Amino acid sequence: MIEFEDVTKQYPDGTVAVDQLSLRIPSNEITVFVGPSGCGKTTSLRMINRTIERSSGRISIDGEDINDKDPVVLRRGIGYVIQHAGLFPHKTVVDNVATVPKLLGWDKKKSRSVAMELLERVGLDLKLAERYPAQLSGGQQQRVGVARALAADPLVMLMDEPFSAVDPIVRHQLQEELLRLQRDIGKTIVFVTHDIDEAIKLGDNVAVLRVGGKLAQFAPPKELLADPADDFVESFIGQDRGYRKLTFLKADHLPLGPVPADLSLGDNGEPLGWQSNGEVLPIGAAFRTGDSLRAAMDAVLTSPVGQGICVDESGKAVGVIDYTTLTGALRP
Amino acid sequence: MSWIGDNTGLIWTQLGQHIYLSLIPMVLGLLISVPLGYVATRFSWLANPLVALGGVLYSLPSIALFIVLPAIIGTKVLSQANIIIALTIYAVSLLIRNVIDGLRSVPEDVLQAAVSVGYGTLRRVVTIDLPIAVPVIFTGLRVVTVANISMVSVGAIIGVGGLGQLFTLGFQQDFLTPIVVGVVLSLALALIADILLVGLQRLLTPWARAVAPVKEVLR
Repeated sequence: MIEFEDVTKQYPDGTVAVDQLSLRIPSNEITVFVGPSGCGKTTSLRMINRTIERSSGRISIDGEDINDKDPVVLRRGIGYVIQHAGLFPHKTVVDNVATVPKLLGWDKKKSRSVAMELLERVGLDLKLAERYPAQLSGGQQQRVGVARALAADPLVMLMDEPFSAVDPIVRHQLQEELLRLQRDIGKTIVFVTHDIDEAIKLGDNVAVLRVGGKLAQFAPPKELLADPADDFVESFIGQDRGYRKLTFLKADHLPLGPVPADLSLGDNGEPLGWQSNGEVLPIGAAFRTGDSLRAAMDAVLTSPVGQGICVDESGKAVGVIDYTTLTGALRP
Repeated sequence: MSWIGDNTGLIWTQLGQHIYLSLIPMVLGLLISVPLGYVATRFSWLANPLVALGGVLYSLPSIALFIVLPAIIGTKVLSQANIIIALTIYAVSLLIRNVIDGLRSVPEDVLQAAVSVGYGTLRRVVTIDLPIAVPVIFTGLRVVTVANISMVSVGAIIGVGGLGQLFTLGFQQDFLTPIVVGVVLSLALALIADILLVGLQRLLTPWARAVAPVKEVLR
């Protein structure tokens, strides 16, 4: 657990970046700091590895005050990922990843084999291991950045807007992979972003900070959407929080209707298209039983005939739902 | 031509001295300007005055410096030290700008990453900052080396000038051959030194040529 107790960061010119922040970051979960620029989210993050020193208060990791440790030693035990990855341009990919093990004095062979293992784990083609960062795409560089942060198997990983400089498709991929990776490694991750959607998608807990470095709300995403603490949080979450809340509700209890005759099916029962006056219309986005209500809503909204198709794990159509039935089911 | 055959010993000695007199200031210049440049990036208010001072020092005429130095620092007039010190001053005054620019060329996110993964300052400067600054520093180093090789000859005025001695010899005896030999060897020396430096730079910076994402690996 990382604990902030009344932590304040004030610069010599009087600017208060973080104002009496108190917060418990649970172990083995992803905690997201989110807020507009100037809210002190990056400052708060960087106070954890002491690349910014707090002015007052106390920050501890598993009960131990971080100021009791030499900062250089402290940092070697904390993974760190930044925007644009910040890879060392003069080192090959594998040497970048092996950096911290080498700083810790592991022998060269072991450092390299750990690095190769991690590159594989973050989904990088191992053919790229001997290349230099400039030869990689932004998304690939960021994977290497994550591998570098994990190389010495730290308990804590800090991520400062790691995915904000890559295009939306790659960002989506990297987010999914971070969640997949986290299921395996269970690190204590502190993640900074200005993107509330990213915060809600990734965070087990989300700390919303307001300008001036004050904590506005600290809660799991579901609670944040259902019950924003004040007007600031509500407006920051955005207009469509009702719709976004659907992300956290399962579509497994919907009253589905039978598969209608005008939906043509393939050999394995998979939906192919809607028959309509001799034409075949596309089916739109089908949803699975395990998906969220947001996916079900999307299926209904994208269907040309107003019927969202539900499929099972094998892709076989198991039922349909129309708009009226769906909205009826949404009513609390 | 027979003059060359009769004087190979002299030519070799002067060539050796020429290499020595131009190489030592280059190395000393590097050893002085790197830490100085690092201090100037650490305390950024120092950078502009240092670069300006370098500009002023570099504009001093070399003959004047060769002659005035013994009076200032008490060396013997015919001492090699005068040449070495003067050329070192020129080297530092040129290199300081490149060292500062080179260290400043290290991207901010790279510095931040280095500190955050647990590099101490000295280790970071030596293994991260300086290697990344090599291309910019070498640009200055090449200029310094060629400039030094040409300026050593001026030292012949005070009797210590490597191949420049051949010029004085030629003028005194109203005889062209030693002058031609001196000029040719100076040019060859400058060319070879530059080629060696380019080779050394390529050896030190394989990463600098590895740019542009390679198509077949992009997915």
